[in-house]
Amino acid sequence: MPADGGAVATSAGRRLRTPVGPMVPTRYRVVSRQRETVDTVTIGLEPIDAPIGEPEPGQFTMLYAFGVGEAPISVSGCPRVEGALQHTIRGVGATTRALCRLEPGSVVGVRGPFGAGWGVPGAEGSDVLVLGGGIGLAPLRPVIREVLEDRQRFDRVAVLIGARSPADLLFATEIEAWRSRSDAHVAVTVDAAPRGWEGHVGLVTTLIDRLPITPTRATVFLCGPEVMIRVVARDLVGAGVDADRIFVSLERNMHCAIRQCGHCQLGPLFICADGPVVTWATAAPLLAVRRW
Amino acid sequence: MRPIPIRELLAEQPVLRELEPADIDLMAGCGHNEVFQAGTYLAREGATADRFFVVRHGKVAIELHAPTGPLLIETIGAGDLVGWSWLFPPYRWTYDVEAIDRTRVVVIESACLRAKCDADPVFGYRLMKRFAQVVVDRLEATRFRLLDLYGNVDAR
Amino acid sequence: MHLVFSPADRAVDELIGALRRRGYVVVAPTVRESAIVLDEVDGVAALPVGWSDEQEAATYRLHRRDDRSLFAYAVGPYSPRRYLTAPRKTLWTALRAGDGFELVDDTAEPPPYAFVGVRACELAAIAVQDHVVRDGPHPDPSYVRARERAFFVGVNCGSPAATCFCTSMGTGPAVETGHDLAATELLDETRHELWVEVGTERGAEVLAEVQSMMSWRTATEDDHDAARHVITGSVEQMTRRLDPAVARDVLIANLEHPRWDDVAERCLSCTNCTLVCPTCFCTAVEDVTSLDGDRAERVQRWDSCFTLGHSTVHGTGSVRGDTRSRYRQWLTHKLSTWWDQFGESGCVGCGRCISWCPAGIDLTAEVAAIAAGTDR
Repeated sequence: MPADGGAVATSAGRRLRTPVGPMVPTRYRVVSRQRETVDTVTIGLEPIDAPIGEPEPGQFTMLYAFGVGEAPISVSGCPRVEGALQHTIRGVGATTRALCRLEPGSVVGVRGPFGAGWGVPGAEGSDVLVLGGGIGLAPLRPVIREVLEDRQRFDRVAVLIGARSPADLLFATEIEAWRSRSDAHVAVTVDAAPRGWEGHVGLVTTLIDRLPITPTRATVFLCGPEVMIRVVARDLVGAGVDADRIFVSLERNMHCAIRQCGHCQLGPLFICADGPVVTWATAAPLLAVRRW
Repeated sequence: MRPIPIRELLAEQPVLRELEPADIDLMAGCGHNEVFQAGTYLAREGATADRFFVVRHGKVAIELHAPTGPLLIETIGAGDLVGWSWLFPPYRWTYDVEAIDRTRVVVIESACLRAKCDADPVFGYRLMKRFAQVVVDRLEATRFRLLDLYGNVDAR
Repeated sequence: MHLVFSPADRAVDELIGALRRRGYVVVAPTVRESAIVLDEVDGVAALPVGWSDEQEAATYRLHRRDDRSLFAYAVGPYSPRRYLTAPRKTLWTALRAGDGFELVDDTAEPPPYAFVGVRACELAAIAVQDHVVRDGPHPDPSYVRARERAFFVGVNCGSPAATCFCTSMGTGPAVETGHDLAATELLDETRHELWVEVGTERGAEVLAEVQSMMSWRTATEDDHDAARHVITGSVEQMTRRLDPAVARDVLIANLEHPRWDDVAERCLSCTNCTLVCPTCFCTAVEDVTSLDGDRAERVQRWDSCFTLGHSTVHGTGSVRGDTRSRYRQWLTHKLSTWWDQFGESGCVGCGRCISWCPAGIDLTAEVAAIAAGTDR
């Protein structure tokens, strides 16, 4: 199929063109598949057609599963760092379940990268706190990677990870590698744990007070269920963190990801373009309105 | 039929049973009656916590609002009290409180009560002990709920 | 350049002919199913000759006039939007190939459309849509193409409906921009003529062909007066009002106003308003597969924020689960947050949503109610 939008005649005599435009995906092949939890999988992709631009931490793509549909999925590993484009997908609907079932060798469509990212360079010189709850850790992994890889750009660094149970932790092996570092405070806590768990049990917010971080000098990257974001951000502000220095990642359903289908609106924001990452100062009044 | 004085209404609530009559009088001086229709809100997350409620009749729900609707945390019924955000700065409600049934409450104005605590620290101490007990009781109950004892015990 | 053609119906007929000869499919108002709708026409006889309309909240009626007027009505339920952004179109098709798939586009390109009789509010709505789907960082290629090729013969309104409020929104009744040609029907006991203004070079070219087919004259001062009179007449007739700045400020500041509960009691969440609105742009994109599963079409269709599943959080359900929140979303977006997003109002004052709401909800009245209930 010509890549220049040219026409090709088929045996049936109909003229086919290569589709072009922002709604047309580029094809990638699944090269790796790692089960993270009972319903979450991380897949690694390599391009078949021309690759998309290098994603920034916090950006997302629209992943297309043949015959099923597209879903917005946060990039959990950037090609420049991981060698492949990685996405961590939680299978809760038809499309995400189809994506979770894909074996290496399968072909998917990718559009993107879209959205406002975390803006890690803006945190240079400050204390950094990364707070991820549940699947919220996935879009934060590129942040953690970037911060730890270039550690001297930042002051004190802390990573707090919360999950329902040990079995629900993402990137378990990588978390251990992060915890073994002496230049960052990494703590994991779960809501409930079986015998044998030697880590924290309790809410992620209970760990905030004991961090070697100065709230008034901190930049926070926070992601998780919206209710968790609200409660944690409120506590952070109460502890002295500036609402303009708390970055949260929001989520809504998307059909286009290019500010034209209207589905992802939250008040004046298009989550696909003005987000998904916004400051807490921006998000707080919008999230306070019920059913907005 | 004469209206029942606030202090009598408070005295008969189990949650305040251990308070001295003099304490009840002080509290009653900051209180008045209100009725909430089912589906109305006694408090909203983020709003100024300038009061708390002693439930006389009916039932309220403690909720956290999520994008897709309210998350029910707990229900509080007659004889119990609702609201402790008035105790500590920033004095903002942490939850929504919604009347599930038609609910009659005694509303206690917190600025008034805090002033009385400041003026009479011994009264304040007794009041704080009572509130601390309420919080401890709720925490213990919540911990039991977290254990998910009715669920799959084998996983533990 | 301003010309006057006589008689008007011959001029419109020659104009339609000239456009068709240039390969345009001509779309104009026509009477169908007791309404004046847009459809493909091949001559002036297809227009609503001698028809007028009467519109109010939840009301749309046609009346016969005793003359041969061509444009003596306001707007109907359709707008040029349905030709520039098809209600349903295939974006691309994926064909199963090997262990993956190939992407092809085998759709037929739509023809160029010439809109005859388009109103100022509709041209304003097209400009609003331009800002959404054409002028951002990801222009919609089929819209860009359709838009470039579209030819517009605007008509200055002489018979606004009671539901019109374009004067409040600054979008009419005079056609001022976006037109290739603009016409005013001059009809009284003594004459039935068409006053025409040229807007673009290609408009002048098409008009030149009409000029070669029939008599015309350069517009005189009297003709200009008569044309102006039509517009001032329309301005005077318009009684509905909406202050766009007040609407913008008051709605967003009163998201929990009791009026939202009130309108929620009346709103059926039927999506009519979004279907007739010329600026609404929401779409849904879905996969449609063949029975054998080897072919999947990616189809884009019009959607509405009044549908239950319009806004969801993945895996947890619908955000705007009640009619109240969905109506609030529609109105606050149209009149308030559209300003934040695109620097202008999303409403052009065409009044369609008022006429076509089966519950008779009038957004100008809703805004007035909320504005009245807040000034203390």
